[in-house]
Amino acid sequence: MKREYSIIGKPTGNVDGAAKTTGEAKYCFDMSLPNQLYGKHLRSPYAHARILSIDTSEAEKLQGVKAIITGKDVPGGKWGLWRRFRELCDQIALADDKVRFIGEPVACVAATTKDIAEQAIELINVEYEPLPGVFDPLEAIKDDAPLVHDDFENNINATRHIEWGNVDEGFAQADYTREDKFTCFPQAVASMEVHNSLASYDKGSKRLTVWSSTQSPYYLQLGLADALKMREGDIRVIKPHVGGGFGGKNSTMPDSTSAALLSMKTGRPVKIVFNREEEFISTEHRTGMHVALKIGLKKDGKIVARECKVITDGGAYTGLGATALYLSGIFQTFPYKIPNYRYDAFRTYTNKVWATSVRGFGATPTVYCAESQLDRAAKDLGIDPLQIRKMNVMEPGYEAPGQYKVDSCGIMPCIEKMEKRIKEKWPKVEENEGIGFSAFAYMSGGIFNWIDTPYAYSGARVQVNIDGTVDLFTQASDIGQGHNTVSVMICAEELGIGMEDIRLHPADTATTPVDLGAWGSRETLMNGNAIKMAAGQIKQKLVDLARAKLGENIAYDLVAKDKRIYLELRPERGFSYYDIVRDAIKLNDGEPLIGTGHYTPHNKGMISPAYGMGIMAIKAKVDKEIGHIEPQGVLIVHDCGQEINPLGARGQVEGSVHMGLGYCLCEDMPNDNGMLLNPSMNDYKIVRQRDMPQIELMDVPTYEAEGPFGAKEAAEATIAPTAPALANAVFAATGAEFDSNVLKPEKVLKAIRAAEAKKAQKK
Amino acid sequence: MKQILQFTVNGEPRELLIDPKKFLVEVLREDLGLTGTHWACDTGACCCCTVIMDGKAVKSCSILAMQANGREVTTIEGLADGPNLHPIQQAFIDNWALQCGFCSSGQIMAAKALLDENPSPTREDIQLQMDGHLCRCTGFNMIQEAILDAAERLKGQK
Ligand code: FES
Ligand code: FES
Repeated sequence: MKREYSIIGKPTGNVDGAAKTTGEAKYCFDMSLPNQLYGKHLRSPYAHARILSIDTSEAEKLQGVKAIITGKDVPGGKWGLWRRFRELCDQIALADDKVRFIGEPVACVAATTKDIAEQAIELINVEYEPLPGVFDPLEAIKDDAPLVHDDFENNINATRHIEWGNVDEGFAQADYTREDKFTCFPQAVASMEVHNSLASYDKGSKRLTVWSSTQSPYYLQLGLADALKMREGDIRVIKPHVGGGFGGKNSTMPDSTSAALLSMKTGRPVKIVFNREEEFISTEHRTGMHVALKIGLKKDGKIVARECKVITDGGAYTGLGATALYLSGIFQTFPYKIPNYRYDAFRTYTNKVWATSVRGFGATPTVYCAESQLDRAAKDLGIDPLQIRKMNVMEPGYEAPGQYKVDSCGIMPCIEKMEKRIKEKWPKVEENEGIGFSAFAYMSGGIFNWIDTPYAYSGARVQVNIDGTVDLFTQASDIGQGHNTVSVMICAEELGIGMEDIRLHPADTATTPVDLGAWGSRETLMNGNAIKMAAGQIKQKLVDLARAKLGENIAYDLVAKDKRIYLELRPERGFSYYDIVRDAIKLNDGEPLIGTGHYTPHNKGMISPAYGMGIMAIKAKVDKEIGHIEPQGVLIVHDCGQEINPLGARGQVEGSVHMGLGYCLCEDMPNDNGMLLNPSMNDYKIVRQRDMPQIELMDVPTYEAEGPFGAKEAAEATIAPTAPALANAVFAATGAEFDSNVLKPEKVLKAIRAAEAKKAQKK
Repeated sequence: MKQILQFTVNGEPRELLIDPKKFLVEVLREDLGLTGTHWACDTGACCCCTVIMDGKAVKSCSILAMQANGREVTTIEGLADGPNLHPIQQAFIDNWALQCGFCSSGQIMAAKALLDENPSPTREDIQLQMDGHLCRCTGFNMIQEAILDAAERLKGQK
């Protein structure tokens, strides 16, 4: 049956667009309260040191200083996102006995002005006993390595083993095997809005309100409850507009814990805003890792086995790093049928700021390795890169034993569409040009419940008022990805009304039903389902009433569309939505109509209820003299189920490709014994306007039965294939093979020379 | 010692007693409550803080407020005509040229200065002039499309 939607699938401008283009949108960054104090952290200059003493007496004397807190003022215990495994809840508000990375906060001052707070931290005297540090995961696991956390032997924070089929037998059947080793360097998040929070403690009720630049008000509420030893319900977290998150704002960070503690201590509101350097040196980033990858194929290109070993550079704490570790073993298998697979990985603690879930987490590094290796194998076997992918991709219903099941799956039609389009788009390549490919897939939210929530994964409440206007309440988080727009579109479509009829009340833990927040592309499917269910309950009431008023029997179908409720087969017989609502409220003892909805995935395996997927091609030109790579164009064919908002989805794809190009080419975090060498926007290079290629995006629509209106993940998936597609383009142009990302000219020249030497040797 | 700053902001004359060490962005945000102008770096590297001063796009984090003395400053709050959005604002919305929106004020003000000077820019002109504007969300292409679209809208208005 062809589905006709009024709103879903139509390019729709951002519902927050007017606020965000006029300066009216308030980010936490823009907020202040009367009588507010300013907080500032004193941070460790050492990567690893014992704290012998902290003397705050001089700082306290400074006029305008209202309170100073150190590790011993923190009432609560440790916290973390892995609440199901308490030993992995290793974060602390302020360093207590020792510091574990350069930039770790050891004290925080609240003062009447920012200047005074900054002067005050200079007056705090900390006596450290420096300890030897450990900065590389391969060093960290050695027996004589210093321990970052005393109770974690060999600095091993988490281990993962994934296996299906029989890998050894698989390799025995292979006609061709190859092994490659890679180092994937970390990537900074660099959201334009830095971490910042505003906390206000009410002395009378002993309740706390925190506004914060967060991706998940719920996680922040839980983190604060653990850190402050308070009841969740006594903490209200409000997420205003957020200036980007990309995975870096899931953890509860010292901007909010210290602001809260200082507000509780002073009885005044406290605001803490990290500066850009603090943002770089003390907040989370994408995991760096060493990857060893082995693949076995038949002569015809069929994959028979893959084995992968990973060791990640976790940094000082856990964050979502343990999840990234697991998913790094999962998404590299997508979207292929790998009959025999084994993955062994561990995450190490090191004396650096810690690594977590960043855009495309669990996919971006290992997909880079796997897709690069696949092209090398294809070349050796004399098979075209698209052909080898066609040989191996999943079909609908594919299951990776014990791990995941893929229902809607449009990867094959995506590749076929790509084959056709690419011939028209880039009929030939010039010398030193190449086209590279990478397939991709990503989750529509995670099934794993490390946070240990007893609540449904997403909730929504819809209230319809006497004039037909709707109040939609949900804790789902728009952090720039456009979910507020998607929420309103879904609610309006379900009720058959206009988007202008709906007022959205998002992301406030005191007034909205729990949603786990914006990570892993979960909001569209999970929160979309909750909203659709809540709106659907009300629609059902309206439809029932309309049917009764029409005097039709139960078999007649009615639809809610274009602000009317009418008989599907005889559209002239029906009522205005507004009239029916008025009647329904009168029949409801005068109460507004309320619908509640929730969603939690069930029977969908371990990873995700659904997967978006597709294929990317990048055309690039390589300057063999200077080693410069120029991406000339990007072509993507993706399957995201039923697109909700094609305009928003395209925006997300553009952004993912931009960040993926940065991962491939220039985003680098050089570190010297725990010291990040480029903690500024001048020195941390992201891809600039002039270097950004044009992107053509094509769609293969499928219908995902688990998602609202058939929708699933759209766009985050496209970060992971960007780096391998570009590296494969360089490989196609020059034969250069890379064993890491960050393809700076020097590295490119070296790889080209190595490829030329290899070729000469063969002759 | 505080000093008196007299300037015009969004068409209104303003007189303030300020600390002369303050940057323009601080006075706009903290003294005038115009928080639509953001800053995102401490090193003059992102252009998020762009406002228009005497017709030119300037980084408000990199000039002292006193340098605006006697001048005319327009911020993002001064662009719309009452309840009606400026065509550049509307083009940004219609082309999904903003996501988190944190950099958008700076982008829009720079686009305004650019279009005032060059009503028919090419994509290359935009790339060249706006190259310093960092954005972590959009990948820039849709911003460029919005500016091209805004140029058409502005021409249509005349
Ligand atoms: S805030 Fe970055 S340039 Fe002004
Ligand atoms: S829209 Fe988010 S930084 Fe530009």
